[in-house]
Amino acid sequence: MKLKLHVWRQNGPNDKGRLETFDAPDVSPDQSFLEMLDDINLVLAKAGKDVIAFDHDCREGICGMCSQVINGVPHGGQERTTVCQLHMRQFKDGDEVFIEPWKARAFPVIKDLVVDRGGLEKIMQAGGYTSCHTGGVADGNALPIGNPVAEYSMDAAECIGCGACVASCPNSSAMLFTGAKVAQLAVLPQGKVEAHTRVMAMTEAATEHGFGNCTNHYECQASCPKGLDVKFIGKLNREFMKALCK
Amino acid sequence: MILDGKCPTGPIETSWDRHRFESKLVNPSNKRKYKVLCVGTGLAGGAAAASLGELGYQVHAFCYQDSARRAHSIAAQGGINAAKNYPNDGDSIYRLFYDTIKGGDFRAREADVWRLSQVSNNIIDQCVAQGVPFARDYAGYLDNRSFGGAQVSRTFFARGQTGQQLLLGAYSALSRQVKAGTVTLHERREMLDLVVVDGVSRGITCRNMVTGEIESHWGDAVILATGGYVNVFYLSTNAMGCSVTAAWKAARKGAYMANPCYTQIHPTCIPQSGEHQSKLTLMSESLRNDGRCWVPKKVEDCEKPAGDVAEDDRDYYLERKYPSFGNLAPRDIASRAAKEQCDDERGVGPGKRGVFLDFADSIKRLGEDTIRGRYGNLFEMYEKITDENGYKQPMRIYPAPHYAMGGLWVDYNCMSNVPGLFVLGEANFSVHGANRLGASALMQGLADGYFVIPYTIAGYLATVKPGEVKDDHAEFKKSADEVKSNIDKLLSINGTKTPSEYHRELGKVMWEDVGMARSKESLEHALKRIPEIREEFWKNVKVVGTNEQFNQELENACRLADFFEFAEILTRDALNREESCGGHFRTEHQTDDGEAMRNDEDFCYVAAWEFKGVGVEPELHKEPLKFENIKLAVRSYK
Repeated sequence: MKLKLHVWRQNGPNDKGRLETFDAPDVSPDQSFLEMLDDINLVLAKAGKDVIAFDHDCREGICGMCSQVINGVPHGGQERTTVCQLHMRQFKDGDEVFIEPWKARAFPVIKDLVVDRGGLEKIMQAGGYTSCHTGGVADGNALPIGNPVAEYSMDAAECIGCGACVASCPNSSAMLFTGAKVAQLAVLPQGKVEAHTRVMAMTEAATEHGFGNCTNHYECQASCPKGLDVKFIGKLNREFMKALCK
Repeated sequence: MILDGKCPTGPIETSWDRHRFESKLVNPSNKRKYKVLCVGTGLAGGAAAASLGELGYQVHAFCYQDSARRAHSIAAQGGINAAKNYPNDGDSIYRLFYDTIKGGDFRAREADVWRLSQVSNNIIDQCVAQGVPFARDYAGYLDNRSFGGAQVSRTFFARGQTGQQLLLGAYSALSRQVKAGTVTLHERREMLDLVVVDGVSRGITCRNMVTGEIESHWGDAVILATGGYVNVFYLSTNAMGCSVTAAWKAARKGAYMANPCYTQIHPTCIPQSGEHQSKLTLMSESLRNDGRCWVPKKVEDCEKPAGDVAEDDRDYYLERKYPSFGNLAPRDIASRAAKEQCDDERGVGPGKRGVFLDFADSIKRLGEDTIRGRYGNLFEMYEKITDENGYKQPMRIYPAPHYAMGGLWVDYNCMSNVPGLFVLGEANFSVHGANRLGASALMQGLADGYFVIPYTIAGYLATVKPGEVKDDHAEFKKSADEVKSNIDKLLSINGTKTPSEYHRELGKVMWEDVGMARSKESLEHALKRIPEIREEFWKNVKVVGTNEQFNQELENACRLADFFEFAEILTRDALNREESCGGHFRTEHQTDDGEAMRNDEDFCYVAAWEFKGVGVEPELHKEPLKFENIKLAVRSYK
């Protein structure tokens, strides 16, 4: 099939940026979206032109490198799907496709579709862990954790840290990202010990690094490639209140 | 030269404990004076950097991704082995040790494998303490599943995302150390050289992938945890950025490359759909717990939909050939069996390079919900890629390059032959022999990072003066100049073909001639073709853009240049090894029924290659392998 692409081009954080149009004349429905871009880049490279920069690595939907807004939706709008797992059979012949980077104040553009997600790192470093040293811990079965609790924790732990939640939010909020980590650890006995300090430190870091607050749009859940539930934002708020009242 | 792995002698059961006691220590107040560089932040590198930071060393960690959380360990799906024996089914440290040695087709060091099996139990405890949400039963205890090559259930798992969860555990520990100020993270950096001064590893040269700046970093020790090299085949299950570059740069500076011909071709991957394909996707081996592999018995049935092939006309070839392990035969055996069926023209799907993996019987027995609970995410992934529903019709799978058992040579302390250079995880050669068992890669990465390197690095650091050589030494400048001139050369050629076109070309030669079945003839053909393509690459590659920008074409060109040189050494190793063992299958060396035939008389050794120059034959050093605890035997899974 034939497609017309409008791709965001921007040379660094201080460049103004613009949309550039490309024809994709021979797209196979079995191709992934990134393989379609590979083809465009091959043509550009052979012509000696600057290729479209985009982050990608595992190409199996788990590393969280992809950061493209396609037709206005982070990761392109197929439910529970990263850009690398989006296949061209989701498009039809003659479609026009708009491709942009994550758009959020906290994510400055490095080049074209590549952004700097360092803010998410700072949130994790503020408290996204249990403070256990290597060695000297109890046997894995010493502390039984009921299956529903383990499953809840795992639901939260599925986050791949791609930042789609931030990119889709009108407030550039990272509360689903933060809430997922807070919830994962807060329900486990080994994470409960530091639940109060963790939630305070992580939310403070989020504010400090330019992420906004949640005003219940639920765009994050809709665009999350792992389908993380907004209930984790509710959990984040409850944990935050508990810590405040302490 | 005969290499010495410096393995402890005496009873194996106490070997690691004795070695730990006998190793030198670094006084707690002296630790902060030492600077350790850790390249790669996957399970091995992330765990090492975090653990060394906790101990008080100044650690600098480097990764090419934008976050340490994205290393390719994250893609491991199925699980991690440990000898806990929680299911009470007869497991023990000894049995894990035995299975790993046997699974590796008797080409690994006993002492290293024993240590791995011993610390496997600590890993599970550590991960649980970090908050890794392993699967649990309704009483709250840890759950296990089975994996290939073992008859006990010793695999711990977190849905189909075990690698991700373990990596996030290590990344959390690492993040904590960043906050504590013991670890400095350098993301979007690619190591492009090892700096060796008077034969000792003293630092690295890397490129800042955002600005193009060439940076020098000194360290009292350098740890490479940079993963494997199967992207040399172009199409593989590895991430696009996985390369041999860091390891190969070390090899060029004198580190030996051991057993590079031991490559694992994973049996359960989604078959290639066309020429546009950029990578292959693995489906966890755990699927073989409930899926049955088959192909039609008759060639004419291969075009029919699976449902139209009568039960009697199906060949469940793994169950037929290996009745005691059945669909859970080890990876090398399952892959070769799939290839055999397709070579016999009984393959299915496009190009007839595929076999069925059928869940119909399990769904009938357990119900679709149970199967969804176990593998739901894998079925979902399969459908996204192939547009087929694995619950309604059998999946199609085909083997694909997945893992490198070979890697840089290290002694028992995980130190290479270059003093001060340590190598962990997939990047070293040490524990998997000629074939790795499922769920053992995660185990090795974390064992090396959490429980081996913190002890063995102290033994080395205690013998050196901290900060003796820093980045003002002339060798650092020389190394940076070499890196720059190499980049300038690549950018100046301005030919007609892109790096990815050359990578495909190299990959095709490697897959066809040095892939699942190798012969003297095919290997010699590859040894002729590789230098030809390499020379053409250096005359005709087109790398657009400049060094001083975010430039993925340049990154690919740098990696590919190393793959070319490395591919040759891999092929030479395969040619030298006149036997079949594990993932290395020489068609000249097989039994009458097509099984691998080892030659213990002449090849029971580690082949460690010393780089002598581009296009120059490398020098072979041997480390003899001794089996004192497990009797060398013909591996049988029948």
